[in-house]
Amino acid sequence: MTTAMVRAENVHKSFGHVEVLKGIDLEVANGEVFCLLGPSGSGKSTFLRCINHLETIDAGRLSVDGELIGYREEGDKLYELRESEVAAQRRDIGMVFQRFNLFPHMTALENVMEAPVQVRRESRTDARDRALQLLDRVGLGERAGNYPAQLSGGQQQRVAIARALAMKPKLMLFDEPTSALDPELVGEVLDVMKDLAREGMTMIVVTHEIGFAREVADTVVFMDDGVVVEAGKPADIIGNPQHARTKAFLSKVL
Amino acid sequence: MTAASPERVRPTPIKAIPVRRTGQWISAAIVVALVGALVWTVATNDNIQWPVVGDYLFNSNILRGGVTTIQLTVLSMVLGVVLGVVLAVMRLSRNPVLRTVSRAYLWLFRGTPVLVQIVLWFNLGLIFPRLGVGPISADTNSLISAFGAALLALTLNEAAYMAEIVRGGILSVDKGQTEAAHALGLTSTKTMRRIVLPQAMRVIVPPTGNEVVTMLKTTSLVAVIGAQDLFTEAQLYGSKNFTTFEMLLVASFWYLVLTTVLTFAQSRLEQRFARGTSQGAPAGPGFAARLHANLRPGRTATQGASR
Ligand SMILES: Nc1ncnc2c1ncn2[C@@H]1O[C@H](COP(=O)(O)OP(=O)(O)OP(=O)(O)O)[C@@H](O)[C@H]1O
Ligand SMILES: [Mg+2]
Repeated sequence: MTTAMVRAENVHKSFGHVEVLKGIDLEVANGEVFCLLGPSGSGKSTFLRCINHLETIDAGRLSVDGELIGYREEGDKLYELRESEVAAQRRDIGMVFQRFNLFPHMTALENVMEAPVQVRRESRTDARDRALQLLDRVGLGERAGNYPAQLSGGQQQRVAIARALAMKPKLMLFDEPTSALDPELVGEVLDVMKDLAREGMTMIVVTHEIGFAREVADTVVFMDDGVVVEAGKPADIIGNPQHARTKAFLSKVL
Repeated sequence: MTAASPERVRPTPIKAIPVRRTGQWISAAIVVALVGALVWTVATNDNIQWPVVGDYLFNSNILRGGVTTIQLTVLSMVLGVVLGVVLAVMRLSRNPVLRTVSRAYLWLFRGTPVLVQIVLWFNLGLIFPRLGVGPISADTNSLISAFGAALLALTLNEAAYMAEIVRGGILSVDKGQTEAAHALGLTSTKTMRRIVLPQAMRVIVPPTGNEVVTMLKTTSLVAVIGAQDLFTEAQLYGSKNFTTFEMLLVASFWYLVLTTVLTFAQSRLEQRFARGTSQGAPAGPGFAARLHANLRPGRTATQGASR
């Protein structure tokens, strides 16, 4: 764990006049499972979306695997990357959304095959083989031919994880992957994520599942109002929070 | 527990005397009488030479005019849809130049009557006697025939309306779809083609069907430049043989046949589409409702009125 997979230095982001991120400093090590906790509106999603350039940052530096995201730095000048270059950076970063965002006009299999075929130009047979493997891995080998509308929320989210994994990402971002699920379906998605963590995937997970954070996370970060309030081992942050805001938040969700 | 106890007997089915719908019967009788009287006066009207209507219904020039009308409808719709998609994508683009060009186009082509546009393209030779690039040029009037001017005008006009329909379709697709595609590394172009447009189709197809029917009727306007469509031919015979009204009946007959066929095709297409999406989307309006909607005065009427 020498190089950081994600490094954020003093990251700022505003929407209009509202500053949502007020200087975030974070480092996510290679292979680390990193859980972001915080109340609604604290900027967790915004920060996650900045990491794969779905949002642009206003100030600071944000890099993934040593590469600046969205910009090229030459001397003391920043150059905006072209669209194709941004797309190339995103290939290596998988993202899983709260509302799944599967492509409804494609089967589970086609959802997983889409990016390898269209972006990485894999042959359809290779892509299909790997997609079937991935669907098997998330326990949905039998459902390859189903459309998203024919799957439960938990199954859809597992397809979404397989879809992201198909690009062989070096980093996975999860934005409240279980928040839109019925309680009895949360476990199956968390299980897939635990497997992934065990295999050494670097993951940043925004979640309200404190149990998951305590069990799986290497680092837990508590964010509030656009700043990192405290960060550390799950046992410390969840078991023995130092700040009043963290205590107040945890007492509500635990 | 709501399980029926065994001793419970099934009640006798309701046999009620229905409410008498006297009003319905009276109104039906009045309608039948009125329609009968109208048909009678038209059918026995000495001023209409019915044999002429029969003779010309399948006249080869009339049929050829019908084919031209169909060609104009199909070609201008296909080209209009393609150009409309381009304009819609331009309008939603991040590039302000493209956005402005698209807006200006819509402003221009939706703000002027299609009849004026038809005549304008036909008379282009008045201001540009010759058209060409560099040394290669040709006489404008030989380059743009009446059919060419008609096709140009109808296409450019239709593109403006299709652009709005396509834009509505694109905007109807959840933003999360674009984000998911971008997050996978798809470029904007790929995202539009592979993810957004296929989903927008559900919203785009029904109004486009209406556009086709409207277009079929709008093509009759090209008779003003003698583009040899169904209406041109009908009018030609009418004034030549002093059978204006008969020929209008012939033309109306064929327009009705074509709109009815198109409406039928439209209903079938929409049913297919609702099934293909696997969302179990409710079926659209039935054939009768569709036909009724299509026979309403559409844009053609309003544009015609602005003469
Ligand atoms: N595109 C946007 N335009 C304007 N404001 C936005 C936009 N996206 C987010 N915000 C605002 O930024 C703030 C932080 O939002 P964000 O979604 O990052 O919070 P969050 O911590 O993920 O909350 P939640 O737990 O509810 O998902 C909120 O006040 C939100 O209203
Ligand atoms: Mg959020």
